[in-house]
Amino acid sequence: MSVPLLFFSYFALATIVLSLIVITRKNYIHAVLWTLLLFVHISGIYLFLNAEFFAMIQMIVYAGAILVMLIFVIMLLNVKHEDHLSDVSSLPIPKAFLVFCVLGVLAFTLQVSYLNSTGKFSIDLVNKISDAKLLGQVFYSEANLPLIIMGVVLFVPMIAAIVLAGKRSDE
Amino acid sequence: MVPLNAYLMLAAAIFSIGLIGFITRRSIIMMLICVELMLNAVNITLISLSHYMQDFMGQIIALLIIANAGAGMATGLALLINAYRLKKTVKIDLFRDLRG
Repeated sequence: MSVPLLFFSYFALATIVLSLIVITRKNYIHAVLWTLLLFVHISGIYLFLNAEFFAMIQMIVYAGAILVMLIFVIMLLNVKHEDHLSDVSSLPIPKAFLVFCVLGVLAFTLQVSYLNSTGKFSIDLVNKISDAKLLGQVFYSEANLPLIIMGVVLFVPMIAAIVLAGKRSDE
Repeated sequence: MVPLNAYLMLAAAIFSIGLIGFITRRSIIMMLICVELMLNAVNITLISLSHYMQDFMGQIIALLIIANAGAGMATGLALLINAYRLKKTVKIDLFRDLRG
C-alpha cells in the first residue's frame, strides 16, 4: 500500500467515524466540538485534491465562522438537552435502513468508469501556479457571474438575520 | 494515486450519515449540523470531480455552496432564536401549531 493511499485511508476512515460520532451526541456542545474535528479532517482531504485554497476556506469559514456562530447561539439561548422529551424521533431504525438504501443507489450511480481528463487546468499547472491564484483568475474573468451571485447570496441573510433576530425595544 | 471512486464513495457515505442524522434527530440544532455535514459531502464530490476532470468549474460551484452554507446557517440560527423565544424549546416535534 503506497503512502498517499495510506494517508487517504486514515482521513476517510476518520471522517466517517467522526460524522457517526457527531450525529449520535446528546449534548449539543459536544456535537459541535466533534464537528470541528470532522471539518479539520475534511480539509485534510481537500489537500489530497490539490485544493489548498479550499482547505484554508474550510478552516476559516466552517470551523472559524459557522461553528462559532452555532456555539454562540447555543450558549446564548442556554439550550440544554431535555431528557424527558426524546431527541430521537420515532422509528429511527427503519429510517436509517431507508437511508442505507439511498446510499446503495448513490454508490451505484456515482461509479465513474471513464473520465476524459484532458482539461485546461492540469495538475502540473495547478502545482506551478497555486490553486488560489488560478481560482482568482477564473473568478474574475470567465466566471464573474457566480461571483456577483455569491455577493447577493451573502447579502440577503444579513438582512434576514437582522429582521428575524433583532428584538424591537418597544416589546 | 487515489482513485476517483474512493472520493465519491466517501462523499456518498458522509451524505448518507448526514441524512440519517437529519431525519432521526429531532432538535433544530442537530438538524442544522447535519445539513452542514451533507453540504460538506457535496463539496468533496465537486472538488474531487474538478481535480480529476481538470476543470475549475467544480471548485467555483463548491465556493458558491460554501457561501450558501454560511447564509443558510445564519438564517437558520435567526429563525431558531425566534422559535426558541416563542416555545422555549428546540425540539421540532413541538412546533405543531400549523398542523390541522
